[in-house]
Amino acid sequence: MSALSRRVSRGFAKRRWAQLTALLGAPLAWLVVVYLGSLVALLVTSFYALDSFTFTVVKTTGLQNFRELLDVGVYRRVALRTLLVAIGVTIVDLAVAFPIAFYLAKVATPRVRRILAVAITMPLWASYLVKAYAWRTFLDPEGGLLRKVFGVSPGFGLPAIILVLAYLWLPYAILPIYAGLERLPDSLLEASSDLGGRAGATFRGVVVPLLLPALLAASIFTFSLSLGDYITVGIVGGKTQMIGNVIYANFGVNNVPLAAAFAVVPMLIMVVYLLLVRRSGALENL
Amino acid sequence: MHLSRTARRLLAAISGVVVVILYAPLFYVLLLSFNSARSIIYAGFTTKWWGQAFRDEAVRDALSGSVKTAAAATVVALILGTLASLAVHRFSFFGRDVVSFAVILPIALPGIVTGIALNAGFRQVLGWQLGFVTLVVAHATFCIVVVFNNVLARLRRLPGNLEEASADLGADTFQTFRYVTFPLLRSALVAGGLLAFALSFDEIVVTTFTAGARVTTLPQFILGNYSRPNSLPIVNVVAVTVLALSILPAWLAQRLTAD
Repeated sequence: MSALSRRVSRGFAKRRWAQLTALLGAPLAWLVVVYLGSLVALLVTSFYALDSFTFTVVKTTGLQNFRELLDVGVYRRVALRTLLVAIGVTIVDLAVAFPIAFYLAKVATPRVRRILAVAITMPLWASYLVKAYAWRTFLDPEGGLLRKVFGVSPGFGLPAIILVLAYLWLPYAILPIYAGLERLPDSLLEASSDLGGRAGATFRGVVVPLLLPALLAASIFTFSLSLGDYITVGIVGGKTQMIGNVIYANFGVNNVPLAAAFAVVPMLIMVVYLLLVRRSGALENL
Repeated sequence: MHLSRTARRLLAAISGVVVVILYAPLFYVLLLSFNSARSIIYAGFTTKWWGQAFRDEAVRDALSGSVKTAAAATVVALILGTLASLAVHRFSFFGRDVVSFAVILPIALPGIVTGIALNAGFRQVLGWQLGFVTLVVAHATFCIVVVFNNVLARLRRLPGNLEEASADLGADTFQTFRYVTFPLLRSALVAGGLLAFALSFDEIVVTTFTAGARVTTLPQFILGNYSRPNSLPIVNVVAVTVLALSILPAWLAQRLTAD
């Protein structure tokens, strides 16, 4: 065994590419073959058709699925609604995340900062399904806790979707902004206030421009995760539908080509979004 | 920046309120799992649902499905994530950024895209039946990133000359890994493994598209039963179990990697 291991070692020592192949071969094969291969399969499937008599997938390629997405009014409205929800959730999250991130980075004592950072990170690992389910018990228009304690509840529907999605992704928004603010030197804030800038002017003129990559990084998560969601929508959305629900429903009735075509929509939006924000350096802030 | 006392207090108050809101739903489900009434309004304390849930055949199947899937996915992710991080750390090669990107992609894209893509890949390209194997392959794919990130972060903080010293003293590649690199990476590996387990254990979207009909997991049990009033107490117990088995490993991992 040891003689063999020595011989293999010596072979490796001479050839760096052999070492590299040994290390990278398996993970790359897995990610490229399994994952990227699957994404390509998804793209290809989106051009297939469903035979409306036999309900089997026909491998004729064409744009008919994408045409259906554009032609059918319901689908257009669902896509637009999904986009607006994702934008709304992102705005809510950035607005709530900023003060907390600012408190963490610039105001809190080191001890409070450590505890608070852990307290904000931990819920990220808590099951997203359980959190959405827990909100259902809060929002229930009949016996829910909000109605019981505060007397009001938005009930199930579009406002509930935005509220719960914003809740779910909030830690994803706080962490990059916190990291960005930590890198922002205090001296810049002090210089601004020495030059007579009030808090508002400092915020607009100094903090936001320097923090832009971090804000965009935060928005990637809130935006992307909202675009594809269907579980939360199903649990607290009442009858409201988003792109994810349409994909899931079509998948359920075996219209995989149409489901695949609709799944390409969030994928394309994300690719365009990532390309747009890449120039700001946001991707290094993830 | 000179913030007034009021502004500082306001920021502290907002942060406090948000932390309370972050945890309130989780604690409410915990409370409901001990609720004597079959309702979402707390009426009194009982532990009977906990006993009943773990005697329930469907819950036990789902628990074992979840544990087996998470354990298997963790093992695969540990191996692949460690190999990829060693490669990215040691060598600068063409397409190094592509590797980092490919590792992150499965969790950066919406879960439904990853799920439906893997479903298409398994069934149409590979011609596989959905089942335990496809579920593990799918989970491992999005778990690689946490191992990769943890191990890479550790490697970047290690002094490189330790491995050189080991080689100078006559150790071969495998001995250096076994006696020098591996012990230094151990806590990062444990942390990465715990996070991979936590990530897999409560996953629901990719699971829906890759598990097939024969395997069920605890999140699938919740999704299938949350709207049935009769199952409500059992769903609460399962929900708390899922929370505990994802938050505790993540908390342990955080303790392990904290400086």
